[in-house]
Amino acid sequence: MRMMMADSGSNEEVAVIGNTDITPAESENNIINTVVPLVALCDRNILRFKLPMVERGTALLRKMEISVAEAEKRMGKNTVNIQETYTVYLVETRPAETVPEGGTPAAPDTLWRRYSEFELLRTYLLVTYPYIIIPPLPEKRAEFVWHKLSADNLDPDFVERRRVGLENFLLRVASHAVLSKDKIFFLFLTEEKGWREAVLETGFQDKADSRLKSLSAMFRVKNPDKRFTALKQYSDELNTVISQLLRVRARVADRLYGVYKVHGNYGRVFSEWSAIEKEMGDGLQSAGHHMDTYATSIDDILEEEEHYADQLKEYLFYTDAVRSVCRKHELIQYELEIAAQDLAYKKQQKEELVTGTVRVFSLKGMTSKLFGQESQEQRESRLAALEQSIQEGEESLKEKNRECQEFVRTAWEDIERFKEQKDKDLREALISYAIMQISMCKKGVQVWSNAKECFNKM
Amino acid sequence: MSAGAPRGLASSGQKPITEILHPLSAAEEPLTVPVSGGGDKEAGLTNGTPVEKSSPASVSSLFNRLQLDDDLETDARDPYASTETRDLFVTVDDPKKHVSTMETYITYRVSTKTTRIEFDLPEYCVRRRYQDFDWLRTKLEDSQPTHLIPPLPEKFVMKGVVDRFSEDFVETRMKALDKFLKRVADHPVLSFNPHLNAFLSAKDLNKRQGLALLTKVGESVKHVAGGYKLRARPPEFCAMGEYLDTFAQKLGTIDRIAQRILKEQSEYLTELREYGSVYSSWAGSEEELRRPLEGVAGCVTTCCGALEDQCENMSQDFLPVLREYVLYIESMKNVLRKRDQSQAEYEGRLEAAILRKQEDRTPALVAVAFSVLPQMPVEVEKCQDKVECFNADLKADWERWQSNKRQDFKQLLTGMADKNISHYEKVRRLL
Repeated sequence: MRMMMADSGSNEEVAVIGNTDITPAESENNIINTVVPLVALCDRNILRFKLPMVERGTALLRKMEISVAEAEKRMGKNTVNIQETYTVYLVETRPAETVPEGGTPAAPDTLWRRYSEFELLRTYLLVTYPYIIIPPLPEKRAEFVWHKLSADNLDPDFVERRRVGLENFLLRVASHAVLSKDKIFFLFLTEEKGWREAVLETGFQDKADSRLKSLSAMFRVKNPDKRFTALKQYSDELNTVISQLLRVRARVADRLYGVYKVHGNYGRVFSEWSAIEKEMGDGLQSAGHHMDTYATSIDDILEEEEHYADQLKEYLFYTDAVRSVCRKHELIQYELEIAAQDLAYKKQQKEELVTGTVRVFSLKGMTSKLFGQESQEQRESRLAALEQSIQEGEESLKEKNRECQEFVRTAWEDIERFKEQKDKDLREALISYAIMQISMCKKGVQVWSNAKECFNKM
Repeated sequence: MSAGAPRGLASSGQKPITEILHPLSAAEEPLTVPVSGGGDKEAGLTNGTPVEKSSPASVSSLFNRLQLDDDLETDARDPYASTETRDLFVTVDDPKKHVSTMETYITYRVSTKTTRIEFDLPEYCVRRRYQDFDWLRTKLEDSQPTHLIPPLPEKFVMKGVVDRFSEDFVETRMKALDKFLKRVADHPVLSFNPHLNAFLSAKDLNKRQGLALLTKVGESVKHVAGGYKLRARPPEFCAMGEYLDTFAQKLGTIDRIAQRILKEQSEYLTELREYGSVYSSWAGSEEELRRPLEGVAGCVTTCCGALEDQCENMSQDFLPVLREYVLYIESMKNVLRKRDQSQAEYEGRLEAAILRKQEDRTPALVAVAFSVLPQMPVEVEKCQDKVECFNADLKADWERWQSNKRQDFKQLLTGMADKNISHYEKVRRLL
């Protein structure tokens, strides 16, 4: 299986996966799973953020509830016998709305998945549904973090945020009208063993287009669809602006953290100072405590803000998915244009043959001039062959045209859906961000008015 | 100038201070000039005795009264707003730049309004430069050594490091000078100093005379300080000294923290500005989301404005107050030092006197005691007075400091709260 993957040179997407933490074959065969005692990696009650709510519009979601309930650290050995630690996530599914009144909910079906398996699933979807904007996975490594945040893959906070992100990914796929019906996706949720084989059996790697091919298409397409060009431009812009936003936000968070934490020093000085004061002592002392509270409050504030950053990040990664659809369209358009060109050339040849005139300088024209006209039979057979070829070309062009139109239709449908989803999600994200800011302000006002009271008592 | 009656009362009530304290400061002169002859001593004694007989009690009672005044002031929240006991109002404002061939300097307008009879007119308006303030302070320090003279802003100005003529610098300095003069004018004793009168009212200050005197006095003080070692410093002054040391240290830390906060805040501001502009550039490429994104950008911009105000508030109002207090502590330490010196001189002289008496009339110890006695009370009284002056001044100043501190923190906190509230409201407007 691995050989096949490595051999398929055209299969860049999968090759990328092969380079990531571990290939499917490795995790299946070579890792001796030594389960580390179950640790709840984070207090989920505190950190459990809700990503944009997905509507239960699809049949699948009406049928089952999906969640990524837990994360767990495991140790194992990889192919080269090196000990490594990795994280697995518990995918839980349970029948939805089948709980009778007063009855206990059915025990969920659970299975463990690694991040690399999520990646494989996504690649499969990407290749199988080129006209759909496939929901992105949470970031592989923490990006756009501010200094206090750990960039370590095993950091509990990071793992928890990734857990939320993976759950969100599954819910996004499950709520998609087309993707939710995919059999492989269903197996991902329900079959722990044998899923990987099932994915690879679909032979999706063969269908994958190499980046090189799509890159050349990008430069050669003669009549690009204006809508797709605009979309591509838009997603580029979005990508730039969100990454810039995230970068600046990280710096803003850094500075804000600094401002708050430096205030914490007041706490210490006030309490030291209070020791030498009589009337002012008490007020200073308690004001100092409030300053400490103020300094500590930033931790929660920024932790919450990280959630907003994750929401933005999801859309940053979405831009790649959008661009991937655009790229697919370019490829199809390119193929169409090639077919049309081919046909046009053949038709021209035929015309030359029929009229005997050579419009353009060609080798054939030269040979006919040099060696005299070919015989009638030869001409007839050549004409017939050309006729045949033109017919085929026309068929193929028709086919390509249909394919292209179909692609544009389905893709645009999904793009419209995506746009709507994006506008809704981002609007919600902005609103929740604003609410977050308001609560931050309230906290600030609270602490400062407490401190003010203490100062007034001095 | 509406409440004339109470002010007139207050001024007549305060008048005795000058009468009592002028001789006291006059008696300072024979004390600082090295004396050897007995005749000089006699003269000093006869000069001083009539007044000083009554002075210790009356001075302390006076200070008690003044302290009451101060308490009243502290209760009245804003010490500068309460006009009940005030009859001298000064303001420093309107800085002007003067460019001449020799030098470039800034003058400030010093306006005075008063009902005191020591002033010929009820209103004055003069222009003074930093040098003149410096002269006034030296004069005050010179003529009223027992008092805590409020500090002037630092002279520092290293060329190139600080632009002496920048608006910010002039503004800050002007505020500090205003504070200095107000503190002097509000001081129950210093405000009656003739030098202040001259400073506020004279068209031209004659500064030469004062400067010459200063160097002489300064030298003699130095001379005295070198010669004697203190026997026992009263514990209250030790405590005061220790307090000042610790307080200075804490104040220094607070100053450092505040500066650090200011730095962090201004960096935060820089980032926040960029943050806002990213949002607005994003708004440019969206259709549906344009409005909310522009909203966020707008909020961030208003936050920037609020933050800017806060930074300015801090560097313009908060930090200078801290600085002033650092300088204030220095002045206070200075006064304490002078007190120590006078105590040292007193102790030294007492010792010398006892020794001499012992040499003259060794057997008649009782007589010695009696002959020294009339001399001793004078010295003791002087010192006592001084101690009380210091004490009262420090206490009065302490009260003032407290109320100021409270005021400043209130200001800072209100600024902070305002910032948060405006931020909060702006964000809410978006929703």
